[in-house]
Amino acid sequence: MSEATAAGATLEIRDLEVAVDGKRILAGVSLAVPQGEVHALMGPNGAGKTSLGYAVMGHPKYQVTAGEILWKDQSLLGKLPEDRARMGLFLSLQYPTAIPGVTTVNFLRAALKGQGKSLPAREFLKLVRDQMSALKMDQAFMSRYINDNFSGGEKKRMEIVQLAVLRPEMAILDETDSGLDVDALRTVAEGVNRVRSQGMGVLIITHYQRILDYIKPDRVHVMAAGRVIASGGSELVNQIEKDGYDPMLRQAGLEVNDASAA
Amino acid sequence: MAVAAKDLTKDYKFGFNDGDEFVFRSERGLSPEVVADISRRKSEPAWMLEFRLKALEHFRQRPMPSWGADLSGIDFDEIYYYVRPAEEQGRTWDEVPEGIKRTFDRLGIPEAERKFLAGVSAQYESEVVYHSIREDLEKQGVLFCDCDTGLREHPEIFRKYFGTVIPPNDNKFAALNSAVWSGGSFVYVPKGVRVEIPLQAYFRINTESMGQFERTLIIAEEGSFVHYIEGCTAPTYSKDSLHSAVVEIIAMPNSHVRYTTIQNWSNNVYNLVTKRAIAKEHAVVEWIDGNLGSKVTMKYPSIYLMGEGAHGEVLSVAFAGDGQHQDAGAKVIHVAPNTTSTIVSKSVSKGSGRTSYRGHLKVYPKAHGVKSSVRCDALLLDEQARSDTYPYMDVEAQDVQIGHEATVSKVGDEQLFYLQSRGISEQEATAMIVNGFIEPFVKELPMEYALELNRLISLQMEGSVG
Repeated sequence: MSEATAAGATLEIRDLEVAVDGKRILAGVSLAVPQGEVHALMGPNGAGKTSLGYAVMGHPKYQVTAGEILWKDQSLLGKLPEDRARMGLFLSLQYPTAIPGVTTVNFLRAALKGQGKSLPAREFLKLVRDQMSALKMDQAFMSRYINDNFSGGEKKRMEIVQLAVLRPEMAILDETDSGLDVDALRTVAEGVNRVRSQGMGVLIITHYQRILDYIKPDRVHVMAAGRVIASGGSELVNQIEKDGYDPMLRQAGLEVNDASAA
Repeated sequence: MAVAAKDLTKDYKFGFNDGDEFVFRSERGLSPEVVADISRRKSEPAWMLEFRLKALEHFRQRPMPSWGADLSGIDFDEIYYYVRPAEEQGRTWDEVPEGIKRTFDRLGIPEAERKFLAGVSAQYESEVVYHSIREDLEKQGVLFCDCDTGLREHPEIFRKYFGTVIPPNDNKFAALNSAVWSGGSFVYVPKGVRVEIPLQAYFRINTESMGQFERTLIIAEEGSFVHYIEGCTAPTYSKDSLHSAVVEIIAMPNSHVRYTTIQNWSNNVYNLVTKRAIAKEHAVVEWIDGNLGSKVTMKYPSIYLMGEGAHGEVLSVAFAGDGQHQDAGAKVIHVAPNTTSTIVSKSVSKGSGRTSYRGHLKVYPKAHGVKSSVRCDALLLDEQARSDTYPYMDVEAQDVQIGHEATVSKVGDEQLFYLQSRGISEQEATAMIVNGFIEPFVKELPMEYALELNRLISLQMEGSVG
């Protein structure tokens, strides 16, 4: 996998500090994900994993107070979310938002257009249909309002349909595995792997090992209290699976019940 | 002429001013002499003059309605009540200002319609386009002309129904319209005739175009069907700052009438309209009503379900931008048993804009088996915007099923972020959310109107964000 990185870009997060409503959420995160690699980001609830995803994508609530986010040798700070998307970044949300009245197909068309990747109508529809079948989603979802009255699993699959249609260069997948049964998890993982094979970089935020059985990480990072407390190979996953986060927290000088950044 | 503050007009992106071209203009203000003069110039029969004068009396006696929007800016003495368009002189397309042509371009309005809207008199090419449509209608016995022509050329039918649904003493503004009305449409559909194409106001060629006090009368005989479309999302040009129309619909047994309006007045206009339909046994009446623009709109399309099994629907959408108040809603009166109705109201407010839903649902004691559902949804685009709901229900019958649901939501940061994170600009994202919100309304429109409305909403969003 890493041989694909030679010519690729790297998402580089340096000493990133982020606040929400004046409250510090990230306390100096450093992380680098090169294109073509899969990194897993793990850690207890409240560690700041989701906040990191939002900060990278430019959610206005997440104010960067210090540090830097670099992608393609440019600082992302001050850029709008749409500009970050146009630069090839993608964030799959833990809880995708419903937009009543906006059909899936119109949503995808607008997204491609927004990224300057519009396709001829027939080609576009074929692409969407193919990706929906690949994710085992009924074609009826095309004319349904995006995420509106979708089940949790349907929303997650729709995020991966979007990933496959938009073909970003770097994707952050925030708990894409949560709420999926084994079959759905495999379908979603296969979807991610298909896009990944084209050289995309992936940062997978997860609590569990199981999605990492399907999408093998090159590196694993563990976050707690708003910073990265451990980085290593896939052996970290097994360690967490076996002992939980407590030994790592202690090693980082954190109280076990102090894992949250708050 | 300026009733509202004049500087409002210059901010109106879609407004335009063609200077003062008219053949005849009445004196400012209202008097029996002015009314008599209007009637004389139109060579009307004596009964109409009498009708107008009586209406004027009602108008003078009625106080200004104080229960709704703020109407204190209206000065009745400053208004010209009759301006005869310069139709004989034939304003040409070349004389239409460039700005308005550009707006038409951006909205993608069809050529023929642009000319109608710009007040350009009949052009050869549009004559050709609509000639066959008009011929088909004539063969079916459908009457479709402006209301003045209706009175002149079809006096029996006209007199039988005119003013029967909305009598002159109904309310102050209906009285005003009854006194000084001019223009509007007259539609008569004979028994069993289905008019397959929507009748659009701009098919009426060589007639007086939309007036300030237009009057529309639609009669659908037994078992007939007609869809009438009035106005469109294009800028409705008005020099005048008071628009007070009356629309009457008579739906005979088993007939089906759909009336679609999308109005986009320039924002100096007080738009005070009375619309009412009566539905006989098993008739269906639908009001599809879109209100954009204007300074103040007060409009509550109503349906009297007079015959057993009749059905009424009111689907409305209102958009209030800065400084605008859209006080709109619906009234449905269930007089007969087993009648059904649906009211769906969608409103969007932005900045200092304000929307109000005002609804009245009444069920008479003998109207058993009534079913009605009322739903009103408001969308606020920012912290400042405001929306109120005033649903009145007056149910005197047993054995009725009535549902009422109301929601107020804000364009959420999360929705915006989600769309933006996929590469869609904030402005476009906001327009998508608003268009999504009014989608249940838009899908009832003919395609070209739907596209036009979507584009118009996008234009309204321009400069409103970011």
